[in-house]
Amino acid sequence: MMNIILVGCGKVGQKLVEQLNEENEHNITVVDTRAEVVKDLTGQYDVMGVIGSGASIETLEEAGVEKADLLIAVTGSDEINLLTCLIAKKAGNCQTIARVRKPEYHKEINLFKEDLGLEMVINPEQAAAREMARVLSFPSAIQIDSFSKGRVEILKFRIPEDSVLDQLRIMEIGQKLDCDILVCGVERGEDAFIPRGDFVLQAGDAISIVSNLKNGNDFFKTIGIKTNRVKDTMIVGGGDTAYYLAKLLLQSGIHVKIIEKNLRRCEELCRLFPKATIINADGTDNRVLLEEGVEHAESFVSLTNIDEENILLSLFAKSQMKGKGKLITKINRIAYDEVIRNLDLDTTVYPKNITAEYIVRFVRAKKNSMDSNMETMHRILNQKAEALEFKILESSEVTDIPLESLHIKENTLIACISRGGKVIIPRGRDMILVGDNVIVVTTQAGFGDIRDILE
Amino acid sequence: MNYRMILYTIGWVLNAAGACMLLPLICAIIYGEPVGAFLVSIAVCMVIGICLTCKAPKNKTVYAKEGFTIVAFAWIIISMFGALPFFLSGTIPNYIDALFETVSGFTTTGASILTDLDVVPRSMLFWRSFTHWIGGMGVLVFLVAFLPLSGGGNLHLLKAESTGPSVSKLVPRVRSTAKILYGIYLLFTLMEILLLLLGGMPLLEALTITFGTVGTGGFGIRNSSAVEYSAYIQIVITIFMIACGVDFTCYYLLLNRQWKTALRSEEVRTYLGIVLVSTVLISLNCRNLFSDFAEAFRHSIFQVGSVMTTTGFMTSDFDLWPEFSKAILVLLMFVGACAGSTGGGIKVSRIIILLKSIFKETKIAAHPKSTHQITFNKRPVAHETVRAVNVFMISYLAIFAGSFLIISLDNFDFTTNFTAVAATMNNIGPGLAGVGPTKNFSGYSDLSTLVLTFNMLVGRLEIFPLLVIFSPHVWRR
Repeated sequence: MMNIILVGCGKVGQKLVEQLNEENEHNITVVDTRAEVVKDLTGQYDVMGVIGSGASIETLEEAGVEKADLLIAVTGSDEINLLTCLIAKKAGNCQTIARVRKPEYHKEINLFKEDLGLEMVINPEQAAAREMARVLSFPSAIQIDSFSKGRVEILKFRIPEDSVLDQLRIMEIGQKLDCDILVCGVERGEDAFIPRGDFVLQAGDAISIVSNLKNGNDFFKTIGIKTNRVKDTMIVGGGDTAYYLAKLLLQSGIHVKIIEKNLRRCEELCRLFPKATIINADGTDNRVLLEEGVEHAESFVSLTNIDEENILLSLFAKSQMKGKGKLITKINRIAYDEVIRNLDLDTTVYPKNITAEYIVRFVRAKKNSMDSNMETMHRILNQKAEALEFKILESSEVTDIPLESLHIKENTLIACISRGGKVIIPRGRDMILVGDNVIVVTTQAGFGDIRDILE
Repeated sequence: MNYRMILYTIGWVLNAAGACMLLPLICAIIYGEPVGAFLVSIAVCMVIGICLTCKAPKNKTVYAKEGFTIVAFAWIIISMFGALPFFLSGTIPNYIDALFETVSGFTTTGASILTDLDVVPRSMLFWRSFTHWIGGMGVLVFLVAFLPLSGGGNLHLLKAESTGPSVSKLVPRVRSTAKILYGIYLLFTLMEILLLLLGGMPLLEALTITFGTVGTGGFGIRNSSAVEYSAYIQIVITIFMIACGVDFTCYYLLLNRQWKTALRSEEVRTYLGIVLVSTVLISLNCRNLFSDFAEAFRHSIFQVGSVMTTTGFMTSDFDLWPEFSKAILVLLMFVGACAGSTGGGIKVSRIIILLKSIFKETKIAAHPKSTHQITFNKRPVAHETVRAVNVFMISYLAIFAGSFLIISLDNFDFTTNFTAVAATMNNIGPGLAGVGPTKNFSGYSDLSTLVLTFNMLVGRLEIFPLLVIFSPHVWRR
């Protein structure tokens, strides 16, 4: 039970209210200057609303800052977010999380993070860019989530026609293909499963596998999916996300071409990335894309500020690339998940969902007990399941017992144990030991502690 | 429209009604009175209730229209089933009269069609008063506090059932808010029971009078209401009546030691001001009827508190008081208690907003381009709230006029008919003349009784939930 104040009810704020409210044990107060947004949220969710600026001490006091445990500032303005956190720290004794997006602030964030008493700084644009860069380094995957500081990954990909995996039982993968990986989730149509060993895979399923980098590569080679990363990418829209993405890609030697219509921004990008090709043109004009050779690009990323435009751009690029290139679409606002899924857009990245994942993990990790600590949380299988990483700090009911003797909840899977740099895909006789990092995949909601996996 | 959820919630309302009847059943067993009527009623409620609640609907979303519909039907249905014990036991042989009596109980009106309470079984009197207690804070507030009706839509239930122009939560969660409200309510109940017992009142009587007071209902156990009680008991009742007419948010703030915010409440100050001024005026006006000023003051404040909080007890037949005093009392009937209290009436906050609108309009008439913001508790009032208050007032007057016309068919005099509608619509109980404090509503025809029953529900639910269910827009998918 935590008292949470949420300042700023934009896209991310609303997503957070939805997800924190689902956890069902927090007292949430939302603050925004726009009365209609507050009214809307309080009507829809069980939260209290206060109208006013989060950077005003009066408003914060009305929202109960003295009794708050956590304040999350996610207004559209970095400055207001930082100021809100600073004031909240003075007025009450709560932990604070601020969203800071501008690269110029973010670069020096560690300098003032401590002075402002910030517990966590989230940068949805940067987080989204990291996710995109990961997928570009392994374009056959639709989604890649990393755990244990990058040692373990959950990769989602679609089984192609005529694949060896078609009509294969999951328990046969190990013997037949000689690969040490684990299938932790299958999506077929609208359904998502955490499969048992006798589950039969089909072409067209989107499956999520857990493995370390090397085993994953071996597995994909065995089943005949190419694993080499892209060599070049075309980005439409030169905003903050493009900045963070270009920075990551250039570091790993991928050629970057950015199409941006604002000349001043183009010049700025030129100065920041001398190695990149910056095109000053309207990326939504298809002649520009054709002129820049979209049909030969190995990957295409649409990062404009308008979701509809991004979707159309990706669909156009897809038609031009004839199924060869990698597509990434950023979607900020629109909520028609089912419709978007049916468009078969390859990879879609939702910055607001990533932000919500970070904060929900923080909130859950904060309330849990001493014997384990939640380190990572990602939502997988189209947001239908959670993959959680726990660090085991002390012995408890789950440690030192073979997994086959544990009574684990339904639809819950221990997907991976990472022990001293070694990644173990667990079998029935393996045990969880103190010091391990354990990755759990579950469709049950609200796990905050490793012991929650038990019946 | 989520029909499954509406039925499910109403199922729980019936279960709760059945559970509530266990108390009068126990009472009947203790006094050796017939238990059949209660047993049958409990069985009927429980069987239907359990049938409706055995399977929880998958979609538990409650939007505003479901909120209004659930609240309206919950009140109609709990009244219909709550009337069963009176009807089945033969205490009130006419079902429409039994319904009137029960609605009067749940809506905390206190208007009665019973002519002689001495012949009514004590368990029936207990049930009659207990309905005040259930209805005072609200049936659905209770369900939200203690039952698994999860979902963000609960606020719509609370909003539709609570009184006042704008309902807000005390704490972020609806459930905690409902629990706090019931906690304060229970605290008042226990305190009053204790104080009445100390005054030498028998337990059953202390319980019924307490239910009548804290729910601001007004059903007593004696034909003479509170006339025969000692001065001490009358003072205790006065204090609790007036206290329960105060916005419960205020008590929550006081419990949290936010003295300043609590004492700054514009509505509570105005409310207490009105109580004081009216009391002084009435005591001066009817001083000659009593032996000294102190006694006149005591009776005046009791009566002012009783009418303004819409309770309806009496210590002296105010129908015999001078015209000026009666006029003040009739006006107080309309003003009513604070928003967020257990009392009825138009509510002090609405009156304040309406008066301020008049000032605003006159100012705009003089300076057509001036801007003016109506404030309440030093905060601007949303235009929407002002509009809702205006529409409330118009609907109130329209329903008042319609009801007044219909019951005039029974050919009673003007004062009787006018105050009968006022006393039921504002949930007070007794009016003047033919429905005065020593009389009752038994003289009206079945049609008029039904109209007055409707008025009581309209008054308690503040009009809109009941009007909404008659709108075809709500029933379309």
